[in-house]
Amino acid sequence: MTESTALYDIPGPHARRRHLLYGLASTVVILALAGWFLHLLFDTEQFTSTKWSPFLYEGIQELLLEGLGNTLKAFAYASVLSLALGAVLAAGRLSEHRVLRWTSTLLVEFFRAMPVLVMIFFIFVALKVQPLPALVAGLTLYNGSVLAEVFRTGIHAVARGQGEAAYALGMRKTQVMTYVLVPQAVRAMLPAIISQLVVALKDTSLGFLITYEEFLHAGKLIASNLDYDLPFIPVVLVISPIYIGMCMLLSWFATWVARRERRNPKTKAVDVAPAEPGTLLPGAQ
Amino acid sequence: MDVLTDNFSLYGEGFLGTVELTVYASALALVLGFVMASFRVAPVGSFRVFGTVWVTVLRNTPLTLLFFAVMLGLPRFGLVLPFEVFAVLALGCYTSAFICEVLRSGINTVPRGQGEAARSLGMTFTQTLGAVVLPQAFRTVIPPIGSTLIALAKNSAIAGAFSVTELLGTYKTLSELGYNIVWTFVWIAVGYLIITLTISAIFHVLEKRWGVAR
Repeated sequence: MTESTALYDIPGPHARRRHLLYGLASTVVILALAGWFLHLLFDTEQFTSTKWSPFLYEGIQELLLEGLGNTLKAFAYASVLSLALGAVLAAGRLSEHRVLRWTSTLLVEFFRAMPVLVMIFFIFVALKVQPLPALVAGLTLYNGSVLAEVFRTGIHAVARGQGEAAYALGMRKTQVMTYVLVPQAVRAMLPAIISQLVVALKDTSLGFLITYEEFLHAGKLIASNLDYDLPFIPVVLVISPIYIGMCMLLSWFATWVARRERRNPKTKAVDVAPAEPGTLLPGAQ
Repeated sequence: MDVLTDNFSLYGEGFLGTVELTVYASALALVLGFVMASFRVAPVGSFRVFGTVWVTVLRNTPLTLLFFAVMLGLPRFGLVLPFEVFAVLALGCYTSAFICEVLRSGINTVPRGQGEAARSLGMTFTQTLGAVVLPQAFRTVIPPIGSTLIALAKNSAIAGAFSVTELLGTYKTLSELGYNIVWTFVWIAVGYLIITLTISAIFHVLEKRWGVAR
């Protein structure tokens, strides 16, 4: 990757020695920082057995697992529903009927411009909905709108000749879409779609703010327990690797799919999107 | 309508809070993102590893978890700062990972011959990057940076839930005062729309002025 821009020459023996020196020095600095952080952890008594003992109890392990299960449940609902909403809105935006097109454009642009948390709070506070439906609805509206844009970009990314050839064969509008354009567009956009689902997974943690009993909520419950000397840091040290690990796995899956689809002969007539969530400037065409 | 006119100062305070958070966190994110992007293309291996780890971890961290850890965790190490500073830190670091990736993909769109020409003129790594590659990369990264900063402005709403003064947080006071909750939210939504559309407009102007599609 660095090779492709030729930012520097291939280092000779002198430069290699210099780079090794820089590398060693920076490694020492980073290790020193890590050591200082560890020292800080020990110094503020984060590794006492009282603070870590709650994780030994079955009830607390179950509490954590239940929180994790609730997080995954919200993620499953939100991803399925937002894929469906995205498909509907994309179909609307690509429609030949002006009213449909304008309505869906308005909806997509509005929900993309709104912070997802504002929508969740609006549904939770103003419409007095239970936490789980409120969270799922908010995530669906936001991610569905972004996915609609992703789908639409995918349809437009298919080479023009494909649609023209299909029309020339006498296919109808719907047939052209379902048999020719959509299969290629979905293949091309699969990495971007999965990356958008990573965003949805990360955003399920917003449920914490509306008292949905998800993973962070379980952590907060344990952390505020006086019996174990308020084990906040241990809880963070346990929760974050699991949460970040789940998101990383899904991200890696997106990258893997991107690499695979790029090699696939079925994506010859379309550019496969990089494994990144939809980031289109609002109002851009 | 009277929700807005009666509580204009409250809304104004929240609006300014959001704008302030957005501006400071954007500045931090742009600077950190730039540093991390240079790390990721640097010739020294350990810099590259550090940049990659920074980006991979932060891009996959839920922002709420980051806020949770920073706002409630750092004070336990005796680091007591105003909540606003913590919020700027969390938002800035989180967004820097996205800015870094945008910059790096921008660097990769600059044709290879540009870097080679700069090298053959005897320019150093810093000169090649700073005087030849980055000015060209800048032109292609305007729209993605714009949408990253819009995402930052929207994410700042999370800070409100951690007792920082900003726009979304105003709903609590207003609903306690007994105002119509739906209208309260309508004006909050209008506030966010103003902010995101302004950023969008600024970047459309920048794009018109300097943008080059590659």
